[in-house]
Amino acid sequence: MRKLGLFGLGLLVIALAAACGSTKKQTATGGSPSSCAKGSLNLVTPGQLTVGTDNPAFPPWYGGTPHSPWKVSDPRSGKGYESAVAYAVAKQLGFSKSEVTWVHVPFATSYAPGSKSFDFDINQISYTPARAKQVAFSDSYYDVNQSVVVNNGTKIASVTTVKGLAPYELGAQLGTTSYQFIQNTIKPAKKPSVFPTNAGAVQALKNKQIDGLVVDLPTAFYVTAVQVPNSKVLGQFPAQPGGEHFGLVLAKGNSLVTCVNKALSTLRGNGTLMQLQQQWLAKATGAPILK
Amino acid sequence: MSALRLEGVHKSFGANEVLRGIDLELEDHEVVCLIGASGSGKSTLLRCVNLLEPLDRGRVFLDHEEITRRGVDVNAVRRRIGIVFQAYNLFPHMTVLRNVTLAPRDVLGLGRQEAEARGLELLGRFGLADKRDEYPDRLSGGQQQRVAIVRALAMGPELMLLDEVTSALDPELVAEVLSVIRELAGVGMTMLIATHEMGFARDVASRVCFLDGGQILEDGTPEAIFGRPQNPRTQQFLGQIVEAGRL
Amino acid sequence: MASEGDRRPDLEVEARRSRVLGGLRLEAEGARGVAIALLSTAVFLTAVVVAVTQSPGWPEVHRAFFGWHDITSTFPEIARAFKLNVKIFLVCEVFILILALVIAVLRSLPGPVFFPLRALAIIYTDLARGVPTILVIALLGYGVPGLQLQGVPTSRVFWAGVGLVLVYSGYVAEVYRAGIESVHPSQEAAARSLGLSRFQALRRVILPQAVRRVIPPLLNDFIGLQKDTALVGTLGVVEAFNQSMIDSSATFTFGAYLAAASLFVLLTIPLARLTDWLILRDRRRRQAGGLLT
Repeated sequence: MRKLGLFGLGLLVIALAAACGSTKKQTATGGSPSSCAKGSLNLVTPGQLTVGTDNPAFPPWYGGTPHSPWKVSDPRSGKGYESAVAYAVAKQLGFSKSEVTWVHVPFATSYAPGSKSFDFDINQISYTPARAKQVAFSDSYYDVNQSVVVNNGTKIASVTTVKGLAPYELGAQLGTTSYQFIQNTIKPAKKPSVFPTNAGAVQALKNKQIDGLVVDLPTAFYVTAVQVPNSKVLGQFPAQPGGEHFGLVLAKGNSLVTCVNKALSTLRGNGTLMQLQQQWLAKATGAPILK
Repeated sequence: MSALRLEGVHKSFGANEVLRGIDLELEDHEVVCLIGASGSGKSTLLRCVNLLEPLDRGRVFLDHEEITRRGVDVNAVRRRIGIVFQAYNLFPHMTVLRNVTLAPRDVLGLGRQEAEARGLELLGRFGLADKRDEYPDRLSGGQQQRVAIVRALAMGPELMLLDEVTSALDPELVAEVLSVIRELAGVGMTMLIATHEMGFARDVASRVCFLDGGQILEDGTPEAIFGRPQNPRTQQFLGQIVEAGRL
Repeated sequence: MASEGDRRPDLEVEARRSRVLGGLRLEAEGARGVAIALLSTAVFLTAVVVAVTQSPGWPEVHRAFFGWHDITSTFPEIARAFKLNVKIFLVCEVFILILALVIAVLRSLPGPVFFPLRALAIIYTDLARGVPTILVIALLGYGVPGLQLQGVPTSRVFWAGVGLVLVYSGYVAEVYRAGIESVHPSQEAAARSLGLSRFQALRRVILPQAVRRVIPPLLNDFIGLQKDTALVGTLGVVEAFNQSMIDSSATFTFGAYLAAASLFVLLTIPLARLTDWLILRDRRRRQAGGLLT
């Protein structure tokens, strides 16, 4: 009887060893494509470009009157910087506006393993080398500056330097690089908060449960203009070495990224990206720089 | 001196009228045994005396004081009456000694040492002193019942009510409990005892009452009741008992 | 010629031998049963492991969830954040045990005069158990400080703790109630007959027995509370689960979740063993005190 038990145990050990060992790489699709012709693109649904973003879709990244199921803004409107960029990239790849479909992709779903429900995801996601090991990032479609939003008339509102922020309770949103920014650059004395939703972060600032909210500059202007009355953008932080940029997220190894980068390169070269930034993110330049 | 008096006590449970006008009086030091068939109301009568059951009609007097009047302090009344149940009902999470000293300490306000001294003395008198630190589940039925009696006695009651206290015991354990009761009778404790033990009743009771259908049909000395029952129902009941070999 | 007396020892030996053999046979059957169970479990698990590791998506899932470096590198910071979870549940549990007891006692007060209190207790437990905990925490954590009342704390940890106490007291009150109702009414009768007041009877006789009887379900709720301390993270406070979400979103992997999960499990196991020990120690006192009806 004991022999049988040992035999069974041995089987299990061997199987487990095999499991830990087998990490042979498996790319999602083949290598780089020979052409970026519309017909030969690697798509989730042939004939249409499926673009993902999170819900609610906030200005200035998205605009237009929202229709179900989208809240706050509607990605399908073409209004707002990310919506406009998405349609611009789509046009470069050969898709008309009606051939673009938007899907709701909660942030964590965009990088979960398994096949994606989108061709690319556009959701203010910053490139980092660690993240790039798990998904494919396009080149930059926006170079990001972090900034801090505060309530008017509070002690923190008179701070003018990065070091001056250290004694305060700061917050950031989950999934943004703002949290790392707080930890690495501001190095505050009190433990910062990280909010799973924009709504929570905004409410905490309104309630003065946090003193300052660190967000990217365009988002900061939306927060102060619409969400938190009596608040202001205290300032933006100087660009980090290497810079921080938003990229489109695709499945790891998806050959589509090469074609997307070609599209972005074209849009950058012919001034479209700059023009869109001026159209949608113009307000996001006028904030003092905290040193 | 009247120790206990019941006047016209009626008690129903829903549609079922269990006590239909009980009149009963006990003098000091009297031992009155209630006999009767199951369901005749013996237990209910005892539970009415110590106010566990509210009366529908009638009054109860303890030492000339009406304990069924409005606004009476029920807890104070119950201190003066000890009751022992068929199912012993010892507190399983406490030792024997703690079972006995709980009420004297919490209700009478005795200090721990005084309560324990009193408790040990009583336990000793009934041969249970060596069980003081045992939990109830370690004792035999007879021992548990004797502890239950000691627990009631520790409060120094004027009156003891015993509700079929041997009915749940194995036959060989009955005697030890009966001997305790005999001893109590011997020292003059006023007692109202509901029992099936006819032989015991004949020995120890100063009076026997036959309860049937919620009424006391006959009330007299043991010799009168067992020897010359007048009421046909009493005769019938005693006849059944004799046939069952219990008399 | 063998006499009656001589034959009896043979019978005794026979009886003893068959008893011993019977015992051995039972043991052999038991051992065989155990071996079969172990072997079939091993075979089943092996089949599962093989199926999982040979599936096409396995390398990606392996990299995303089981990256050893992900798990170990995020573990220290998550463990530090976990201290907050532990603090919260230790403090909350004390208040829950007390508040729930009050509610359960209110619920058990008999008679028409106490009806309003009973009704209050019932409404409370219905609401506390009906509203999702995460909602309660959001309402309290953001809503109360939002009122900007003087002297009212704005700490999110505080209000999350209040939320957890209010919600869990509803569940635990019902557990207590089950315990109280499981104590035979004759115990209360005996206590009251000795002259103890209702409150004294409750405190000395009924509650000690009631609580001992419901230790396993109390522990269940306690363990649930440990997990629900993670809900504080929805208010932005960085406790273990939120920390693991932060790490996860920074690397786009999920190993941090495993690290956090392991901490929660590690906390549950000693508690469960402690409960087993408590129950064992108390078992001797369960069947006592009289006839069980």
